[in-house]
Order: sequence, then structure tokens, then C-alpha cells
Amino acid sequence: MVTPREIHDRLKAQFPDDVGDFVEEPVEFFSEVKPAAVGRVCAFLKEDPELSFNYLVSISSVDLTANLAAVYHLESMDLESGRTRHAFVMRAQAPRDNPVIASVATVWGTAIWQEREVYDLMGITFEGHPDLKRILTDDDWVGHPLRKDYVFPKTYRGIDLE
Amino acid sequence: MSGIVDQVQRQKALKTDRMTINMGPQHPSTHGVLRLLVTTDGEIVDHVEPVIGYLHRCKEKIAENLPYYQFMPYTDRLDYLAGMNNNWAWAMAVEKLAGVKVPERAEYIRVMFGELNRIASHLVAVGTFGLDLGTFTPVLYCFHEREKILDLFEATCGARLTYNYYRIGGVAKDLPDGLVTKIREFLDPFEKRIDELNTLLSENHIFVRRTANVGVFPPALALDYGVTGPSLRASGVPHDLRRAAPYSIYDRFKFEVVVGRGEKGTVGDTWDRYDCRVREMSESVKIVRQCLDGLPDGEVRTKLPAVFKPPKGHVLFKAENPKGELGYYVVSDGSPKPSRVHIRGPSFCNLSIIPAVCRGVMLADLVAILGSIDIVLGEVDR
Repeated sequence: MVTPREIHDRLKAQFPDDVGDFVEEPVEFFSEVKPAAVGRVCAFLKEDPELSFNYLVSISSVDLTANLAAVYHLESMDLESGRTRHAFVMRAQAPRDNPVIASVATVWGTAIWQEREVYDLMGITFEGHPDLKRILTDDDWVGHPLRKDYVFPKTYRGIDLE
Repeated sequence: MSGIVDQVQRQKALKTDRMTINMGPQHPSTHGVLRLLVTTDGEIVDHVEPVIGYLHRCKEKIAENLPYYQFMPYTDRLDYLAGMNNNWAWAMAVEKLAGVKVPERAEYIRVMFGELNRIASHLVAVGTFGLDLGTFTPVLYCFHEREKILDLFEATCGARLTYNYYRIGGVAKDLPDGLVTKIREFLDPFEKRIDELNTLLSENHIFVRRTANVGVFPPALALDYGVTGPSLRASGVPHDLRRAAPYSIYDRFKFEVVVGRGEKGTVGDTWDRYDCRVREMSESVKIVRQCLDGLPDGEVRTKLPAVFKPPKGHVLFKAENPKGELGYYVVSDGSPKPSRVHIRGPSFCNLSIIPAVCRGVMLADLVAILGSIDIVLGEVDR
């Protein structure tokens, strides 16, 4: 059992320039990671024999007005006993006018779809994703609905929506 | 000799192009509006690309415009075969965020209905799985039993599919008179029905041949794709949140975490995923019985202010739903409405493994594999 604080300290030692503060916000504490470094930090988290985060629970996106953020919930599971060894939360922020975060689709298979979902609904681009395209809305949909400044379209393919 | 040369020449002249076909969005075996873009090499599947989103309602955006209480009925429509469990996870996520305590009696009622809904959901999964593979009788037996569970729900909250019964801080109202007896009357014959189902389907020679050794999910690959619930346990990983991270009062109950044993073929094959659900129903029966035995008297709902404002913060809460781990990531800015809600749907993640495991299988097996992971499109598309 390694605490999130200890994991953060290990990351900080490994990637001094890429890992930011440990944010103690209720209810879950998390580490800030630079968007361009997410890929290599996650690869380390997965491959380190002690940490071995083999389960990416979810990638959630949050609109922070100035920035757009992706929140990663990670767990390390023992396949023999089914128990969760430790859990970790990290967040990456990218500027709203150019929201680019490094992809983790090559680290965990589940990220292929989860990153597509974040791209579709929040408009964060994941660099290095093998097939980044919309997943829930139509391919010709305009805008990213979960952004706070999203304006619902008045028409769609000639259909009046109001 | 020249005959053979001719034959080879003729074969070379035959075109063996790959063919791309659409399975869905209106296809009986896709359990809703799922479209699979399948590239086939004759009868062999070369590549599958699931196309989803036909049922997208942007529930996460809706949540941002509603007070916490009022999002409850929307959660019913995620995995609409397990409305109780969806309600429950939402209630627990907000309770964790705001630090709300739930009365003892409410906890027992919640576990009881959660487990009854798990049985109902698994009955549909098992029944329709038989239907996918071409046998019609089991689904009638399953729906007959499910009907009785829905009657119990109807007696309690008036609804048969979208319950809206759980509340933040408890449940909407207490059990009606005589419901405890009615649940017991359902449970006793139900256990015999599971045995019946086993003779009807589990041991059926044709069914076993269609499912054993088909679509094996290696445990590490399954977890890599975020597969959870019975589909992960069938691969031999005994991960069940009710045991691994007991929420509510699950630490008080005795039950087994069911895992795949590879009884008919390989661990993690399609038969194992089916079998795990059948055996999980018996475990749920055990939990419901323990709930009935220990059901205390008292309040069923903590009184909360009409304008409910959780403190500033964020949390991801996960619960073990019939399909897998349902998670709500809730961000509160201290106002009466959530600032952001992200829903981690188990069906969404479970479905994402399909392209990785379906290369090289027969087209008919694709239907079996899809049926065995038990998806509900309401939750895939949200």
C-alpha cells in the first residue's frame, strides 16, 4: 500500500520538471502533471514494478474556464487476489485556446475510447492517439458540448431544433 | 497433372477481397442501437469497429443544469435494466462528497433492492444471450422470474423500470406492509429455478459448443481495456468492489466472489462469462436473505435541506453494478448544482475490448462474444 503522497514524491523525483504540486483538495488529493508529460509519466506509473498501475479507471474532463483539464483515476490491481493495491489521481491542464495533452492510448487500451470521448465532448486533443475522432456525437457535429461556453445549435442538417 | 495446374490457375483467378458489412444499428443481436462495422475475410472476422452514440443524450450536460436531487431520475436511464443500482451509486457519490450519513434501515433496504435488481439484470443477460444463440425457451423462463422482481419493485415505488427510489441520504419511503414476506416467497422457489435454467441452457450440448473456448479474454488484456464486473471475474480475476472496497454495509454479509473456472473450456471464455452471471444470482439471493434477517427498524431517510449545497470538492465514486463498475465523478463548486459530472459507464469500457478480441473469430462467434459481455446501450452512449 503506497499513499498518493508517496507516489507523488516518487514522480517528483523521477520527473522534476514535469510534475507540479500535490493538491490537497477534498475529497480526493491529486497531482498536477504537465500536459506534454502525461504520456511518459503514465508509462512510468504502469511499468514501475512496485507501482504497476494496470487499470485506468476513467479519464474525466473538467472545464476550468481559463484551462481545460483531464483528470486520470488510476488503480493498481492484483490479478491473483482481485484486491486494489493502491490508487492515484492526477490532473493535466491545457490552455483553452490550444488544448493539447499527450495521449496514453498506447499505455492502456481503455484510453483509446475514453480519450475519444473527452475529445468529442470537451475538445481536448490527445497527441499520439492512433485514431482521434468523435465517438458519441456525429462526425459533422460542431463544437464540444461539455464546455461551459457551448451554445446549443439552432438547426442540425436542416432540422429545426428549437 | 494438367488438371491440377488448371485448378490452381482457377483459384488464383478467384477474387478473395475482404468485405465490409454493417451489423446494426437495427440488428436483433446487438441489444439496441449499436452498429458494428465488420471487415470479413469469408466467414472470418478480420476487424470490428463498434460505432456508438445513437442513443447519446448528453446526460453529463443535463446534470450540470439540475440540483443534485433532481438528477436521480436521469440515472435510471443509464443502464435501464438496473435502475436501482444506478440510483444508488449517484446517491453514494453525493453522500461521499457532502459527508451525509444514511440510516441503518435505509442501508439494508438499499442493499436488498440493489441485489434484487442485480438478479433481474442478470436474468435478462442470460435469457437474451440464449436468444442470440438461437434458443427461445430460456428467455421466457428468465422473464417470468424477472416479472416477479418487478412486481416487488412496483409495490415499493410504483415503477417497473425507472424507479427513482433511492434518495441522497436514504430511500424515498419505507417498505409497504407485507413486502418482506413477499420477497421471501419469491426467493424460495427462485433458487430451484436457477437449477432448472442450468439443465435448460448451461449444460445444453449445442450451447456449450457455441460458447466454450470462444472469445477468451486474457485477464491482463481485459483489465487493460477497463473490463469490469462479471466479464472480468470470468477471466479469473476475483475483483468485486463489494469485497475489494466494501461500500454501504457489504462488509457485514457472507457471499462468494464468483470467478470463471474454465469448466467447459478455457478460463475467460464466453461460457464462463455466462456461467458467472448464473452463479452470481445465487450469491445475490444469499445477500438478500441476510438483509431480510437483519433488517432493523427506524428511519429510512436523513433529513437534508431543500436547497442542498455540498462543500467545494470533487470525488469519483464507484459501485459494483450488474454490468461492472459504475463511477460518477462529481465536481462541486459549493453551489446547489454540480459543476461537472462524469459518468464512467461499465458497458462503455466493456464494449471497447471488442476490436481487440474479435480478430480471427467466426462471424457467428462475434454475436456470441457480444452477447456475453452484456451491454446496455443506454449506458454506452449516456
